Amino acid sequence: MWGRVYQLLIKEFLQLKRDKSARFRLFIPPLIQMLLFGYAATFEVFNVATVVLDQDHTQESRALVDAFVHSSRFQIVAATGTRKQVQDAVDSSTAQLGIVVPQGFSELLRKGQSAPLQVLVDGTNSNTALIALGYVGVVSGTYGQTYALDLAQRTGRALGAPMVNVTLQERYWYNPNLNSRWFFVPGLIGTLCLVSIVNLTAFAIVREREVGTLEQILVTPIQPIEFILGKTIPFFLIGLVEVSLIAILGMLWFQVPFRGNPLVLLLGTSLFLLCTLAIGLLISTVCKTQQQAFASNFFVLNPMFILSGFSFPISSMPELLQWLTYLDPLRYFLVIIRATYLKGVGIGVVWPQMLGLATLGFVLFAFAVLRLRKSLD
Amino acid sequence: MKWRRVRAITVKEALQIVRDPRSLMIALLIPVLQMFLLGYGISLDVKHLPLCIYDRDNTTQSHDLLHHFSASPYFDVQAELHNYADIGRNLDAGACRLAIVIPTGFSKGLADNAGGTVQALVDATDTNTASLAANYARVVIAGYSAQVQLDAIQSRGGQMQTVTPVDVRARVWFNEDLISRNFIIPGVVAMVMAIVGSQLSSLTIAREWERGTMELLISTPVQPMELMVGKLLPYFVVGMLDACICLALAVFWFEVPFRGTLIALFVTTGLFLLVVLCIGYYVSVAIRSQVGASQVALLLTMLPTTLLSGFSFPIDQMPPLVQGVTYLVSGRYYVTLLKALFLKGAPWSELAVPILCLSVYAAVMVVLAARAFRKTLD
Repeated sequence: MWGRVYQLLIKEFLQLKRDKSARFRLFIPPLIQMLLFGYAATFEVFNVATVVLDQDHTQESRALVDAFVHSSRFQIVAATGTRKQVQDAVDSSTAQLGIVVPQGFSELLRKGQSAPLQVLVDGTNSNTALIALGYVGVVSGTYGQTYALDLAQRTGRALGAPMVNVTLQERYWYNPNLNSRWFFVPGLIGTLCLVSIVNLTAFAIVREREVGTLEQILVTPIQPIEFILGKTIPFFLIGLVEVSLIAILGMLWFQVPFRGNPLVLLLGTSLFLLCTLAIGLLISTVCKTQQQAFASNFFVLNPMFILSGFSFPISSMPELLQWLTYLDPLRYFLVIIRATYLKGVGIGVVWPQMLGLATLGFVLFAFAVLRLRKSLD
Repeated sequence: MKWRRVRAITVKEALQIVRDPRSLMIALLIPVLQMFLLGYGISLDVKHLPLCIYDRDNTTQSHDLLHHFSASPYFDVQAELHNYADIGRNLDAGACRLAIVIPTGFSKGLADNAGGTVQALVDATDTNTASLAANYARVVIAGYSAQVQLDAIQSRGGQMQTVTPVDVRARVWFNEDLISRNFIIPGVVAMVMAIVGSQLSSLTIAREWERGTMELLISTPVQPMELMVGKLLPYFVVGMLDACICLALAVFWFEVPFRGTLIALFVTTGLFLLVVLCIGYYVSVAIRSQVGASQVALLLTMLPTTLLSGFSFPIDQMPPLVQGVTYLVSGRYYVTLLKALFLKGAPWSELAVPILCLSVYAAVMVVLAARAFRKTLD
């Protein structure tokens, strides 16, 4: 049996070796995606383009504007003279944020009353807008508190007792600087591996069927199970190589820390590859042409990608979709990857995910083998 | 260019599409699937974050503060823990995203008017959720702080109300309720067009090569330009059909506001579709295998449209070099236009520049694609 599997393996690798463009496509697209995600994907908000209108022209209003200038979160692109200019700036997207200090601002502050600060936000990108508004609150809140305290000391108004204040001191674990790259780059191991391995496996069989060489293979004494092994082992190995490449690049180039045990990641990767191979085989059983395979891949892979929690939190999805995510092997794998990379935890913590992957993998693979045997016989 | 020959190719290609109902169905189902998946599956709005609490003070005051957290819609209190090791275990396992620690002597500090500090330990593996979670925790604490101050003043018999010295009054434009779906759905339209356009056209020439029908095609008097127009025309129709499906779903199902004009929308969509069809065609000519062509075409259209167009990640937050690269991405202009049309209802004067850029882009791609095909067999 192994002799025939071995022959098939040689054939597959020879095919890959002689197909220059296939080799190219195997490694260049993941590389490009890695660089794109590493550099372009960020949820951080710095230097929000801001226009300022100071209608008060007092020491207080200037100090508040200064507080915004000195925060790294805002970049003052223009100081305007009229309210209309602020609106135009936001309207034409030259600024995302408009801050208006209205007349009488300092007067109210001096009286110890609440002074309004008007803020105009472009909400087109709701996430950025929300985060930017949060920073506006922090900057103006800090300024207001300091001012009120100062005022109280100068006027002696707060003779009774100082105002009690409860503050929050937050500490970010695992990723202290909230670096988006640390979130995306490890996740890419899972998504890139999913896409390339499912594609390779599905197309490998469908192409033989479409071109007509599948019949040639079937007239040889090879058994269905040998055929399946011969078709999957090469892709399993390629998957491992690809994962290692992405992991090494992520650590060396993007300096994402790896705090866990590589063996845990290896086990997770192997189980995940089992799932991807099975999915690829299953797709190949229902498709006659490569075009169909391509479309089917898209229909299967895209939902898996979106439901995996790669970039959008699962907990924010509607409940029905949240249930569906349990059928997504990528969901489990991403938890394993991020846990080993950033949290540095071991099998003791991620065993439920491993179990999920193993169950899905074996069920899918068994199903794929059954279906494929039927379609080969 | 003879229209008779263009028509012949168009009819052949259209027949091929119609007689392969499965592929046609798929081309029409892709937008529906994408819109529903992304419309429902993508949300960056954070609610019901699992929270753990560790109350080292265990007094009425600390209970009161924790009550503020359990009453907030942003947090779900999962467990009450009794040591730091448990917090570590819970964060490690992902059982909670945030742990609030109230230190011993918290209530004493409040009683002494010294103030108090509450600790938040945040799981920052998901950076966006982490920073939003910290923001919301700050809001809850601020609410509690204000209440403590009010109580203190009232207990002293004071009449004064607490005052927020600087009161931020925010007005949000274009997406008034800050619903993330409203900014994602227009981007999904661009993504669907990129996928459908490139995937339809990238197979069209490669398929002829793989099936061996290319020799037949070359032996006919058809000219390269005629071949391109004839092959892309039916796909253009399918693509526009997809666009209509997307737009109808966006406006009627997801109720994304549409404030622009339909003409502007169809002009820009047509231009973008032309760009991606030509990219797909060019790739199909250059790479004579269907798998390869479809893969490369997706890489050239869908990936930049998703990542570099400003659809999901703001362009102004990218490094300067990457920002420069985005000007080469056709999706950038299309997404800008879509957002301007859907949310802003921008006038023509504001649309002119991106439309012009997209037109130039389309013209260049048409020329490139037309020159790519040569009637030779090698």
